[in-house]
Amino acid sequence: MRVLVVIPAWNEEASIATVVHEVRSALPGVDVLVVDDGSTDKTVQRAREAGAVVAHLPYNLGVGGAMRLGFRYAVERDYDTVLQIDADGQHDPAFAPQLLERIEAGADLVIGARFAGVGEYPARGPRRWAMTVLSKSLSRLAGTRLTDTTSGMRATSRPLVELFARHYPMDYLGDTVETLAMAARRGFRIEQVPVAMRVRETGKPSHAVGMATVYLGRAFVVLVLALIRR
Amino acid sequence: MRLLITTIIFGVLILGAIVELLRRRRLREKYAALWLFTGFLVIVLSLFPGGLDKSAGYVGMASGVSLVLFLSVVFLLIIAMHLSWEVSQLEEETRSISEEIALLRMELERSQPAANIPRARRRDDPTDPSS
Repeated sequence: MRVLVVIPAWNEEASIATVVHEVRSALPGVDVLVVDDGSTDKTVQRAREAGAVVAHLPYNLGVGGAMRLGFRYAVERDYDTVLQIDADGQHDPAFAPQLLERIEAGADLVIGARFAGVGEYPARGPRRWAMTVLSKSLSRLAGTRLTDTTSGMRATSRPLVELFARHYPMDYLGDTVETLAMAARRGFRIEQVPVAMRVRETGKPSHAVGMATVYLGRAFVVLVLALIRR
Repeated sequence: MRLLITTIIFGVLILGAIVELLRRRRLREKYAALWLFTGFLVIVLSLFPGGLDKSAGYVGMASGVSLVLFLSVVFLLIIAMHLSWEVSQLEEETRSISEEIALLRMELERSQPAANIPRARRRDDPTDPSS
């Protein structure tokens, strides 16, 4: 099984090198592609120095835009599996082999779930309730229990890689919620593996009720659209 | 009579502007048809103001002014929708092009590792050494 690790990165010069190194030691011999999403800092140089192949987008497209490029690259170079990891270092690449094991066992989309029993809970209050409602509905759709639908750590099998190389939404929550719904609707096998999440170094998750409501509302628009789209 | 002249002048001006834009190839035909039709309608209506009230009566409206307002709102809505659709289309196209550029750049860097291929820079890029 040829595996490509895709790391979408936008102005992550502080953490990108560490993430690439960690991925390479967790998965020796696996190719690492950093998709630079129009960074204006030294992300590209840092990633190259760390030994990753770098694709440079001319302007910022968002995670969805960066990921579709990663999937296209994977299809062109004939990789079987794409493993996505966030560039900010919030995921521990040590869990990556577990995700790949599930792919080898026949799963099509494996999500590294951050709240599934390992590590700390990063979200509290209204935002977490919103995420719970979202997880419940997506679990029903996928026919399996999913606890972290917005995780940026996921592995994809070849048939899904081909689908995502053609269609990968760029909109808000499109790269997480909508792609899950897309895969579930087409009958792909979705699974989750518990992963520990590290403390975010920059930026604080929001706790406000208003924000959580807006978040949930947008998530449901995305979800409903994903269900009625062709 | 004065109203008639005012409306006719406006109709002719709109029509003239559209034709001129088309002549200079600033407007694609697909949009032109819509605008030409509008300009034409304005002229016809200004020539026969009475016809307006009559057609308003057919669709159950008391006055021709209401009909014109209603039609203009519908017309503008359609145009706004069309433009949103067009923008989405363009975004998808530029997205594909930037992916293509990124892939080509990688191919180029792989075949000529020594060549220093300049990265695309935005004009407002603070890290741009040339600015």
